Amino acid sequence: MAKIKVEKLTKVFGKRSKQALKLLDEGKSKDAILKETGATVGVNQASFEVEDGEIFVIMGLSGSGKSTLVRLLNRLIDPTTGNVWIDGENLAEMNKEQLRGVRRKKMSMVFQKFGLFPFRTISQNVEYGLEVQGIEKGNRTEKAIESLELVGLKGYEHQYPDQLSGGMQQRVGLARALANDPEVLLMDEAFSALDPLIRKDMQDELLDLQQTMKKTIIFITHDLDEALRIGDRIALMKDGSIVQIGTPEEILVNPANDYVEKFVEDVDRSKVLTAQHIMKRPETVNIEKHGPRVALERMKEEGLSSMFVVDGNRNLRGYITADDASAARKNEIKNLEEILQNDIPKVEKDTPMHDIFNIIHDSPIPVAVIDNNKLVGIIVRGAVIGALASDSEVKLENA
Amino acid sequence: MLNNLLNFFHNILDFVPRIPLSEGANAFIDGIKDIFSFIFNPIRTYLGAFMSWSIDVLSAVPPIFFIILIALYAFYISGKKFGLAAFSIVGLWLIYNQGLWVPLTQTFTLVLVSSILAVLIGVPFGILMSKSNLAETIMKPVLDFMQTMPAFVYLIPAAAFFGIGLVPGVFASLIFAVPPTVRLTNLGIRQVSTELVEAADAFGSTGPQKLFKVELPMAKATIMAGINQTVMLVLSMVVIASMIGAPGLGRQVVSALQGANVGSGFVAGLSIVILAIIIDRFTQSFNVKKRG
Repeated sequence: MAKIKVEKLTKVFGKRSKQALKLLDEGKSKDAILKETGATVGVNQASFEVEDGEIFVIMGLSGSGKSTLVRLLNRLIDPTTGNVWIDGENLAEMNKEQLRGVRRKKMSMVFQKFGLFPFRTISQNVEYGLEVQGIEKGNRTEKAIESLELVGLKGYEHQYPDQLSGGMQQRVGLARALANDPEVLLMDEAFSALDPLIRKDMQDELLDLQQTMKKTIIFITHDLDEALRIGDRIALMKDGSIVQIGTPEEILVNPANDYVEKFVEDVDRSKVLTAQHIMKRPETVNIEKHGPRVALERMKEEGLSSMFVVDGNRNLRGYITADDASAARKNEIKNLEEILQNDIPKVEKDTPMHDIFNIIHDSPIPVAVIDNNKLVGIIVRGAVIGALASDSEVKLENA
Repeated sequence: MLNNLLNFFHNILDFVPRIPLSEGANAFIDGIKDIFSFIFNPIRTYLGAFMSWSIDVLSAVPPIFFIILIALYAFYISGKKFGLAAFSIVGLWLIYNQGLWVPLTQTFTLVLVSSILAVLIGVPFGILMSKSNLAETIMKPVLDFMQTMPAFVYLIPAAAFFGIGLVPGVFASLIFAVPPTVRLTNLGIRQVSTELVEAADAFGSTGPQKLFKVELPMAKATIMAGINQTVMLVLSMVVIASMIGAPGLGRQVVSALQGANVGSGFVAGLSIVILAIIIDRFTQSFNVKKRG
C-alpha cells in the first residue's frame, strides 16, 4: 500500500469556491475562473501516490500551486475537495485532535525560510515538536542533541538562530523535523534560500541521511536540477495541475507535453543522462571463433580502425587495432589472443554522462559500456556532444 | 412670499424635534449603575482600600530608600550606565524637596494600578482581536471612540459609578489608556510571520501552545510598545482625574490653576514630567533583549 495517497485534491481560494469548482469540472482554465468568479485555483485535482521510503519531488514554477499542495498534505491549508490518505487514514476526515496526532508523530515539515523561532536556542528549537507533545525536559533535550548530531550541528545547542549561517539554520530546521522521528518529511523549498554550493551540500547530505533513515520525503522545489538530483520520482506542476509524474529519466527523455519539454530544455543533461542513453550497438569479434583475418575483414566492412573483442558470453576481453591485425595476418598468427590489448576505456552502463567526458577525451578508441563485465555498447565522441546539444532531434538510443 | 420661503428653509432641518441623546445617555448610565451596582460597589470598596493601603505603605517607606531603590534599578536596566540613575536621584529628590512626596506616591499608585489593570484587560482583548476578524471589526471603531472621546467625558460616568476619589480616577484612566495595548497586541500577533505560525501548527501545537510558545514571544516587542503608550496615557490622565477628587500631583496642578499660582503649577507640572520620564524609561527597558 502506498504511504501517502492523494486523490483529486483541489483547493480553491476565495469566496465563490463552489461556483469555481463547478467551472473547474467543466474544464475551464485557471485564468477564466479567476475572471468569472474572482476565486483562485490553487491546486486542481491532484492525484498521486507516494511509496514508503521514496523521495517524491513536486516541482513547478512559482504560482504553480506546489507550496499549496504540500500544505494540503498536512492540512495547514484545508482542501476544498479531495482526499489525502496516510497509511490508509483519511486526513480530510480527521478532527483537530487526530490531525494534531498525525502532525506530532507522523509528519514533520521543513520550511523555505527555515521557520526557526528566533527567541529560542537551537536546542529549544529542535525540541519544539517534542515539547508540545508534553515530553519531559531531559528526554527531549537528549533527542534534540541526537538529532543535531545527525545533521552535524552538535555543540551549537545553546546558540540562537541568528548566530548561525543560512545553511546551518536549515540544518536546524531539518534536525527539528527529524527530532519527532516522523515517517513522512515535508520539505517546502527547503534548500531554495541557500546559495548554490551550500544547496548542493545539503542535497548530498539529505541523500546520505536518507540512505539510513528511509523516510518518505515529499520535496518541493522550483529547481529542476535539484529535482533530478534527489527525486526518485518527480511530479511536475503547472497552474495547479500535475502535468507529469515520472522518474527523472522519464521526464527528461519522454516529456509528456510541450510544457514539460520546454521546462527540461535547459537542464544540464550531462548530470542525468547515463552511458546507456548515448551508447551505440557495438561491433565485435568473438575471440573463440574468429582470427585476425575475420577481424580485419569486419573492420573493413564497418570502416573501423579498431574493434572490441568478446568471448562467447559477450564478456569483454579487450580490443584489437587494424594495424595489429594486418601484421598478425602477415605473420600467420591465427589467434587473436596475441594481439589483444587490455587497456580498454570502459564505463558502467549507469555512469552519468558527466563522468564520461574525461574518459572519452583521453581515449583514442570508443569507450566500452559494460554491465557485469558484459559488453553492452560503445560510446563514440560524437554521441556525447550530440546528446548535450539539447534540441529534441538528437536520437537517444536506448539499449 | 419670499419670507415664507426663507422661513421654510430656515426650519427645514427641524423636521424632527431634538433627539434626546443626552437624556438617553443619562438613562443608560443610570441603568448600568443600578444593574451593575453589585459589581461597582465591591470594586469601589476593595480597590479603594487596596489603593489607600498601597499609598500608606509607599509614604511610610522613608523616601531615601525609595529613591535608592529606583536609582539602583535604573542603573541595572540602563546597562550599568549612570545617566538614568543620576536623573532619578536628582529628579525624585527635587520632588521631595518641593514637599510633593506624598502627592507623588498617590500619583504613582494611581498610575501603577491603572496600568496593571489596563494590561490585564488590554492584552486578552488584543489576543481576541487578533484571533477573530469579527472581533477586530467590532472593536476597531470602539477603540477609536474610546481614544477620541475627550477624556473629561469619562469623568462623569466614573464619578457616577464609583463616587469620587482614586477609584473613579483609575476607571477613567483605564478607558482612556487601554486602547494602545489592545491595538498593539493585536498588531503584534498578526505580524508574526506566516512561516512561524505554520511551523507551530505543523508540529502539532494546540491553540494555547501556539499562542504562548510562539505568538506572544514573537509579538512581545510590539506589545511592550503598546504597554508603554498605555502607561504614558495613564500618566496624562493624572491631572484630569484629579477633577473628580483623585489625590496626587494632578490635584496640585488643578489647585494652582484655581489659585492662578504659576509657580506651584510649574513645580507640580515639572514633578509629573520627571515621573513620566522615569516611568517611560523603565517600561521601555522591558523591551530590551537580554542575551549576549
